[in-house]
Amino acid sequence: MVRRYPRHHWGETTRGMNDMMQNFDYFPPGQDVSMREGFGRALVALGRTRSDFYLFDADVAGGTGAKPFSQAFPERTLQFGIAEQNLMAAAAGFADTGLIPLIAGFASFTVMRAHEQLRTAVCYGARNVKICCSHVGLDTGPDGATAQMLEDLVTCRAIPGLTVVVPACANEIQPLLAAILDDPGPVYMRIGRSPSPVIYEKPGPIRIGKGNILRNGDDLTLMACGTRVAAALKASEILAAQGVSARVVNMRSIKPLDHALIQQCCRDTGAIVTVEDHTALGGLGGAVAESVVQGSPVPMEIVAVRDSFGRSGEHSELFGAYGIDVADIVAAALKVQRRKRA
Amino acid sequence: MTDTDLRHRARQIRMETLRIIHGSTGGHPGGALSIADILAVLYFSEMRIDPSQPHWSDRDRLVLSKGHGCASLYAALGLRGFFDCAEFDRFRRLDGLLQGHPSVSIPGIDAPSGSLGMGLSQGLGMALGGRYAGKNFRTRVILGDGDMQEGCTWEAIMAAGHHRVASLCAILDANGLQADGRVCDTMDYAPVREKIEAFRWNVIETDGHDCDSLVGAFHLANDCGDKPTLIVARTVKGKGVSFMEDQAHWHGTAKISVDELQLAYAEIGTFSVL
Repeated sequence: MVRRYPRHHWGETTRGMNDMMQNFDYFPPGQDVSMREGFGRALVALGRTRSDFYLFDADVAGGTGAKPFSQAFPERTLQFGIAEQNLMAAAAGFADTGLIPLIAGFASFTVMRAHEQLRTAVCYGARNVKICCSHVGLDTGPDGATAQMLEDLVTCRAIPGLTVVVPACANEIQPLLAAILDDPGPVYMRIGRSPSPVIYEKPGPIRIGKGNILRNGDDLTLMACGTRVAAALKASEILAAQGVSARVVNMRSIKPLDHALIQQCCRDTGAIVTVEDHTALGGLGGAVAESVVQGSPVPMEIVAVRDSFGRSGEHSELFGAYGIDVADIVAAALKVQRRKRA
Repeated sequence: MTDTDLRHRARQIRMETLRIIHGSTGGHPGGALSIADILAVLYFSEMRIDPSQPHWSDRDRLVLSKGHGCASLYAALGLRGFFDCAEFDRFRRLDGLLQGHPSVSIPGIDAPSGSLGMGLSQGLGMALGGRYAGKNFRTRVILGDGDMQEGCTWEAIMAAGHHRVASLCAILDANGLQADGRVCDTMDYAPVREKIEAFRWNVIETDGHDCDSLVGAFHLANDCGDKPTLIVARTVKGKGVSFMEDQAHWHGTAKISVDELQLAYAEIGTFSVL
């Protein structure tokens, strides 16, 4: 039985959102900022404007970026120790009282270890729980494969009723977190750990379920999420120098997916390349492919990690080693262009 | 409500439990019958509830962590007026309300269960939510022997003791049997009192089929200072039906025949209220 949650319409909430956004404190463009730092700043900014959410921590606030919130609002922070299954199911129960539990954890230990609690206690229980995780993908870097969660998009998007979003830069997290807290149902937000370019100087209100065109182009569309959006933007510049006009889309909402935008990109550009720091099995690429083949199919390439575990290394090295760096995106774009012409 | 009235309610719950499972492709009669008296005391005496407002924010919460025993919980909820008792005859059916394991789509069900080991954590979260929301409701969680073999239950025991969640009361339906045999042979978790007390809980042991004793245990739990309470209810699986009592065979998805139903009704010795 799937619980359908009513979605907010921005017409009703934009005014509150605009008030809230006055408190946002954005990082200046042109620098690299880790998304967990952006997450911490978002938590504090929103913590000052609304008192209905509580941080659920498993002794990882220093690693997830949530520490500024737990320091600013100790009375709104619940410590569960290193026991994530209990934390997840307790969050489900907590939500029954109308307060919003916001779990901040490492992805592997949160959505993977406590996956059944997420599925059954939170989602089947129709609980308004927000799950925000750092340590996702190869972006995790030197900690190695144990913490490099490469399977969270596919496992989470398969759960009925669970919204899945991925911010592309530190500044995007403040309006995205505001939208998540306004959403009446459970949401998983996949946040990064390593420094990543600031893409949005002052992002406006974000509507869950919508992608965002960052650069226009006619020959093909690069659809990326997370840190790979900045990589796709770089790839589009290299492609432009080679005479290929690539559209770049930030597909921040994995579920619900922006089917209308995907179909529009199919019509406008005739080819799609998806890019993600995640397994190639069923993540952004899988989700977009499902949408593409049910519309008017166009050639598509999936730039993602090929069915393997990660390893230790700097995140910037790992992206290249596992085939999801700028050069890999350029190669996939050129390949899909050849397929489009064939 | 007097002890006699509660015993009468427990008999009704047993009768309807058997009717519910008889009308279905099966159920879990053994573990449903062992908690009938606990449910009678909770739903007809102890719990602050309003069947016309199943989502009332100040209501007492109940989580049946051993979700497979749900037939008797459905019986109690139906008899208490949370839904039409006609639903009893559509248990586990596509056209029915009553799912094979508890679902929050059913009025009166406060948490999904059926996967052992998640109920105490959910109850802990409700109790903590009540604390932060400034509400004084109580949260009860009915655990089975199998719940005590799940790691998540012990995580919740540790956290409830640490956070001094006194509004949380767990009731352990200690019937000593699980799907394939005796708990002590399968995976023994004894001694329970020493273990739970070490996690800073209050522990009360009682006869899980004596309504008076159960009422007394719940009153003690309501007034236990700053500790959560575990009521260890010593029970008999299949209680009230001689051929089901203390038989692991009646744990699982057993079908109850017409003859067995009539024999069981005669033993329980009362009438159907419907």
